[in-house]
Amino acid sequence: MGFISSNRNNEQLLSKIATNDGHGENSSYFEGWKAYDSDPYHSTQNPNGVIQMGLAENELCFDLIQEWVQNNPKASICTAEGANEFKEIAISQDYHGLPEFRQGVAKFMGKVRGDRVTFDPDRIVMSGGATGAHETLAFCLADPGDAFLVPTPYYPGFDRDLRWRTGTQIVPVVCESSNNFKLTKEALEAAFQKATEAKIRVKGLLITNPSNPLGTILDRDTLKTLVRFTNDKNIHLVCDEIYAATVFNQPGFISIAEIIEEELYCNRDLIHIVYSLSKDLGFPGFRVGIVYSYNDQVTSCARKMSSFGLVSTQTQHLIGSLLSDDIFTEKFIAESADRLAKRHEIFIKGLAQVGIGSLKSNAGLFFWMDLRRLLKEPTIEAETALWRLIIHEVKLNVSPGSSFHCSDPGWFRVCFANMDDDTVKIALRRIRNFVLQRKGLDQGPAKRPCWQNKLQVSLSFRRLDDFVMAPHRMSPHSPISSPLVRARN
Amino acid sequence: MTIEIEQPRVGLSKIAVSKTHGEDSPYFAGWKAYDENPYDEFRNPSGVIQMGLAENQVSFDILEEYLEQHAEEASWGKKASGFRENALFQDYHGLQSFRKAMASFMEKIREGRTKFNPDRVVLTAGATAANELLTFILADPGDALLVPTPYYPGFDRDLRWRTGVNIVPIHCDSSNNFQVTPQALEAAYKNAESMNIKVRGVLITNPSNPLGVTIHRSTLEQILDFVTIKNIHLVSDEIYSGSVFSPTEFTSIAEILESRSYKDCERVHIVYSLSKDLGLPGFRVGTIYSYNDRVVTTARRMSSFTLISSQTQQLLGSMLSDEKFTGNYITKNRERLRNRYEKMVGGLRNAGVECLEGNAGLFCWVNLSPLLESQTRESELAVWEAILHRVKLNISPGSSCHCSEPGWFRVCFANMSEKTLEVALKRIQSFMEERKITSG
Repeated sequence: MGFISSNRNNEQLLSKIATNDGHGENSSYFEGWKAYDSDPYHSTQNPNGVIQMGLAENELCFDLIQEWVQNNPKASICTAEGANEFKEIAISQDYHGLPEFRQGVAKFMGKVRGDRVTFDPDRIVMSGGATGAHETLAFCLADPGDAFLVPTPYYPGFDRDLRWRTGTQIVPVVCESSNNFKLTKEALEAAFQKATEAKIRVKGLLITNPSNPLGTILDRDTLKTLVRFTNDKNIHLVCDEIYAATVFNQPGFISIAEIIEEELYCNRDLIHIVYSLSKDLGFPGFRVGIVYSYNDQVTSCARKMSSFGLVSTQTQHLIGSLLSDDIFTEKFIAESADRLAKRHEIFIKGLAQVGIGSLKSNAGLFFWMDLRRLLKEPTIEAETALWRLIIHEVKLNVSPGSSFHCSDPGWFRVCFANMDDDTVKIALRRIRNFVLQRKGLDQGPAKRPCWQNKLQVSLSFRRLDDFVMAPHRMSPHSPISSPLVRARN
Repeated sequence: MTIEIEQPRVGLSKIAVSKTHGEDSPYFAGWKAYDENPYDEFRNPSGVIQMGLAENQVSFDILEEYLEQHAEEASWGKKASGFRENALFQDYHGLQSFRKAMASFMEKIREGRTKFNPDRVVLTAGATAANELLTFILADPGDALLVPTPYYPGFDRDLRWRTGVNIVPIHCDSSNNFQVTPQALEAAYKNAESMNIKVRGVLITNPSNPLGVTIHRSTLEQILDFVTIKNIHLVSDEIYSGSVFSPTEFTSIAEILESRSYKDCERVHIVYSLSKDLGLPGFRVGTIYSYNDRVVTTARRMSSFTLISSQTQQLLGSMLSDEKFTGNYITKNRERLRNRYEKMVGGLRNAGVECLEGNAGLFCWVNLSPLLESQTRESELAVWEAILHRVKLNISPGSSCHCSEPGWFRVCFANMSEKTLEVALKRIQSFMEERKITSG
């Protein structure tokens, strides 16, 4: 239905928030999605399409959940067994949430942390996904103009979630590849200092643990350093632990909830956890976000704000049932970690074989791939050029490090849990072919493991060779010297 | 000697410490009284009857019947991938089938007098979120929206709390049955101007909460003319549109736009929800329907903070695309609400209590001003407390709805069984008889 736009002054009719870029969609993070949307890979209908590796989704364990849902018809109010609860559930709009939902989530959070800590159901506050949770906390903890320190590289959505409607700012805490992106006290102090000099009031530090996009977890010492730092500065510590159940290898995950039990001096009023079921369980559509604060006032305020983003009671009911089933949750957590580990290994090994390294990681639905040596020069422009090449020619949507505000160009986040096994093989093949082509090296058959189809690889390589541009000189970030390459094993 | 001033140990935001969430209003105090001592026919027959909650419980059996017959479509179907696809779906455009169903449901309510384009339907978790979201988009902090009084108390929170936007009231009174007039609109606008506040729009609720009446077509025309001349927005909250007792008595702003060939329609935005008409407040289903492309795009992006669960979209998408179901539901629902209303009004009349002539909604706008010692807000609250604590009825005082005329109360009738309504009416009758005796 087209409308004749008679109002030339339309632009000024909307608010500043509506007309600025705070929604973040002009970021390159989304350009790849657009390429995917217009040409999505399909095994039979579009085998040359773009494979989506830019979406951090967990699709490895749906069979387990589907089985549970089928065996537990009462959990769904759309079934004969569950329909008698329909009315009660449909009417309930209490922002405290259904008790069984809160209890189920609290129990699950504890289980994910190996039952080393317990969570109080009365502190479980709902929000519109973790997206809503972050925004709610920003509204509660900071005034417009105030800032949150956020270690880089970080999830691009934070630019929108923390800043768009709240008016708060992000001051990056720069972490570098030279020390494996470790979060150091020096970096924190530097960022805090920078903000102070710019007369920006810092209200909190936001960490994501396990990290997106790095896929790493914070060790005990670092966590204690963070608690001490925030205590000293009397600023909030927001811990986004939405990937807690995606830790698939040792070392084990340590939650901030455990640290504060150990750091008895710490002011708990400063500690807040963001959780969600979108990653650990793979339910992004259900919009289950949680604010868990140790501060009573924040809990109360966030709960009032949850009116703007409550979880559908239909979903609360399902989740409450699902997560109160201990047998299921324990099996799920173990099985999910196992499948993630296997998936992760396939990629890491496959890439190592062509000299592509990644940051050593043990969590998340992605790995942080190191393509620095493929850059023409160590700049964002070169990274962007390489990324465009990967999207449009290799047909993989991976996410460039610059979209995560990474200070070192050449890193890419590659998601691995949102596809089936066959697609994994194809994605791997494409990356490997691309890398081999870029290398311009002649990989003779003797260097390849005999189970590989060397003939096919060499032929395709030679054919591509005709079209390859003048080989660029060896980048200083040669895989031979980089400490970050996973050793072939 | 230094005086210790207690500082908050840890700084929270100004928004967090403000009272703009509105929960200290008597609107909510009555709820607390109810929560502590809720009426139950058998277990607590002398408890407080909740008449302050605008909920629609009269038509649940129709919904339940649908579910029994269509469990599979409403859920994830037989396909193994059904659950997975649904659980993964987080696109802020929403399920297309659901948007289509919402658009066609809105059309059905208006008896096909206007068409709604599914691509203009933006989904939010409830009308609460929709109203806040629109405010973020249409106004800057410090600006104002003009809202006719009396209005839904929740607007104080939804329009103002986190947005920093003000509400400037458009005063309406009983002299003309609380209808909005051009004079009142102009007066409100001038009032804002005198406070150096920029007006960005007018927000009307049609049918009105708490009045329980539809806005006249001529008034809608006047309001539309007013916003056009002032070059501001018009938000029409039509969440009670399916609760109009007789379908011909409701005119949606969409119909006015259609009659004007959609000239200058980009300033108009409609809010809808399934919480009232379908009685599903727990499912958090709200929508914004905007005739402004930029608003649709921005609202959709903002809806990331408040999406509707895909599981619920699936259920309601299937339900609302079933034309037989929706046609039957809408008709029966209207009928049952009208019957309830008539019972309520009849019972009140027997008790000597008058109310505004209503034709929609889940409540009556009742005139208890004869009971007030003085025509003041304090007297009104005194009567309210008496009714809450002695008659054990939680009704909503007009002052919590910012009514400029003391003595009016909103009394809900659709959130209880018929039996409970009878009990409530009896209590009112006894109370009024008692007052006659004591004052006589």
